[in-house]
Amino acid sequence: MANLRDHMGRPIVAVTGIGVVTSLGVGKKDNWAALTSGKSGIHPITRFPVDHLNTRISGMVDFLPSSTQGASPLTYELAETAAQEAVSEAGLDSSDFGGPLFLASPPVELDWADRFSLYNSDNKDAGAERLLRVARALKELDVFETTQFGSIADRLADRFGTRGLPITLSTACASGATAIQLGVEAIRRGECDKALSIGADGSATAEALIRFSLLSALSTHNDIPEKASKPFSKDRDGFVLAEGSGALVLESLEAALARGATVLGILRGCGEKADDFHRTRSKPDGSPAIAAVRAALADAGLGEDEIDYVNAHGTSTPENDKMEHLSLSTVFGERIGSMPISSNKSMIGHTLSAAGAVEAAFSLLTMRESVIPPTINYDNPDPAIVLDVVPNKKRNAEVGTVLSNSFGFGGQNTCLVMAREPV
Amino acid sequence: MSSPHDVVITGIGLVSSLGEGPDAHWQKLTQPGLEPVLEATRFAPYTIHPLPEIDWNLQIAKRGDQRQMETWQRLGTYVAGLALDDAGIKGNDELCATMDMVVAAGGGERDEAVDAAILAASEARNDRDVLLNEKLTTELRPTLFLAQLSNLLAGNISIVHKVTGSSRTFMGEEGAGVSAVETAAARIRSGQSTHVLVGGAFQTEHSDMLLGYELAGYLHRGPWKPVWQRQGGEGGGVVTGSGGAFLVLEQREHAQSRGRKIYAELGPVASGRARRRRGELNAEIATLLKQAALPSGELLTISGASGAHAATAAEKAALDANPALAVRAFSTLTGHMKEAQFPFAVALAALAVDRKAAYPVFDATVERAFAGAPTSVLATAIGYHQFEGLGLVKAA
Repeated sequence: MANLRDHMGRPIVAVTGIGVVTSLGVGKKDNWAALTSGKSGIHPITRFPVDHLNTRISGMVDFLPSSTQGASPLTYELAETAAQEAVSEAGLDSSDFGGPLFLASPPVELDWADRFSLYNSDNKDAGAERLLRVARALKELDVFETTQFGSIADRLADRFGTRGLPITLSTACASGATAIQLGVEAIRRGECDKALSIGADGSATAEALIRFSLLSALSTHNDIPEKASKPFSKDRDGFVLAEGSGALVLESLEAALARGATVLGILRGCGEKADDFHRTRSKPDGSPAIAAVRAALADAGLGEDEIDYVNAHGTSTPENDKMEHLSLSTVFGERIGSMPISSNKSMIGHTLSAAGAVEAAFSLLTMRESVIPPTINYDNPDPAIVLDVVPNKKRNAEVGTVLSNSFGFGGQNTCLVMAREPV
Repeated sequence: MSSPHDVVITGIGLVSSLGEGPDAHWQKLTQPGLEPVLEATRFAPYTIHPLPEIDWNLQIAKRGDQRQMETWQRLGTYVAGLALDDAGIKGNDELCATMDMVVAAGGGERDEAVDAAILAASEARNDRDVLLNEKLTTELRPTLFLAQLSNLLAGNISIVHKVTGSSRTFMGEEGAGVSAVETAAARIRSGQSTHVLVGGAFQTEHSDMLLGYELAGYLHRGPWKPVWQRQGGEGGGVVTGSGGAFLVLEQREHAQSRGRKIYAELGPVASGRARRRRGELNAEIATLLKQAALPSGELLTISGASGAHAATAAEKAALDANPALAVRAFSTLTGHMKEAQFPFAVALAALAVDRKAAYPVFDATVERAFAGAPTSVLATAIGYHQFEGLGLVKAA
């Protein structure tokens, strides 16, 4: 009989369904095959013209019906696709899920295609005045709904029959991890026995790319796209903007076992800590990230020596990788040099709001398959960052526990600890 | 019976066209026949309730921090500071570092001039995607992105006020405000948090913020009217206002141990998602009222009704069906503040409980008098388009 409560007496939270979409493909099977063979999904941008752009590559998801329809429709489709895979795998009714929905998704704005089309449907007055006048004459809600921050979750709630008021959240690049954390907490508080946590991001528009570019956050290694994302390398020069989605069905272990579900992994602990240093930069001593890792370990009831593998945030920006190394080496001490730590982003780029969920999905697969996906493009190690990044080739290894890091603009730091087996 | 893990309200920060702070709002809102502060020309044909004059330096000491934000983030950071001050937490490093935060947020302001120039140029160009690249790469201020990101209101609160226990941003109009309060309360009741900063802000004085409503024709046009009297009027019934509300929610034991004044206890918070196209809203509001475990007898009700025709009619019908409810729709006097709507309603409810007095009617043609000292007050936020919630505030 498995223990159903954790070290703090709370219900243990199991994962019973996993779904994922990235530039590498739809579903776990394709993604895992590509990821473990070191294949990159980064490719030249074709969705919009790249004239005047310094960065002309991305990890966009270009193969879905909504890929050219704008950020809101694509984000919805990404979320729906991953959630469908997860709910099916869990063996639950995909039209009557019966638990709450937590959605990490990008902030929404009126798409430029719609802005142009509204504006040019008339020629009186100008600017905002014209847009407002045209807007109030619209006879359908499609454009309106793309501007409502709750609309994607509302549609997903309808689609999957989730319970109650769905929560849409943003903690920037930590959002996906926060969506999982909210699900874990709801189950631990006894509010529900299952939850659907999704991170989805289909917002790689020209404007999004330009905004990150203006902050000097993006790689400009355009010539060989699949080589551009090179976490922990000396010549890393920024992240690669990408899209994707990850979904987990979270369930109390008790409920999962009671209905005979296959337990795919355990969400053991979550930790967070906000940084008050700067809007985009981390505190130089790494203390908030360190505190987030330690909080996740404490929440999981695990010591520093009980983590087998780290699924790094590893964005490939000079700043992040340096800070992540600092914080990990502070927490894990000398052992850090021999712990495997790899970055999925070397292959899929940075899926922003989805990243924490996508990478949690890959972390769970890492444990189940006993294979660690590599950090590719590790040809020129940064001598200041001495880590075992599982360079360039996958590694077979028994992995019982994973720490997955997510750090974001606005001082967001969220870490998840997952385990293969219940205690 | 009180218990140590009860959720109590120990700090209130408010800004609206009526002024700033709980005292100013109480004084204004208890004046019978108070006239709203309106701005009817700047955004004609829309009327809005504008921000009052604010000395940002009072809550955001560094000019550098102020410059990094546009008005929405500045406003939210300011109101959060008011709440922290009010709870005696501001400047207390230990309490700030262990404080959790849930912010209900939309997005920040775009650069209207850049957008207008691009739209104007688009009339003469067919290669609009190239035009976009051309203009955006050269004319956008790089750090404006950070002033637009939803989670950067929370980020700025961390930077300016040092609240760093945790930081989460919920999105989704009024529903985000409901979920933020509900989640914060659940964390405290379960012992996960001892004190949480929760709230939101809305800055309506920007064309995109109006456009967010008007793409579905939700804004009221023509002469201003109280919330309950906009049915059948020109437009969709919503009059917006700039403002914000933050609350410090605290475990009762935690508040008592540091000797803080308690405004009120936050009782049950109920939230829902009616499928409105199927006509479920009236029944959903009735269900939420049941979940709130309303006390018997007359109950003062602070309604966040927006004026949006369908949602406001449904809320009115559901509240009218319960003759014990004496309703006050505060948006008549403040305008609709989107994500901040529910925290604002809870704050006004807590003030009435604390001051042991009801607000006079805000609209004499529809609302009725409430005599005596309210010991419980209901707060509602029925979304203008989707999501709904309510909560019961009780004497401490």
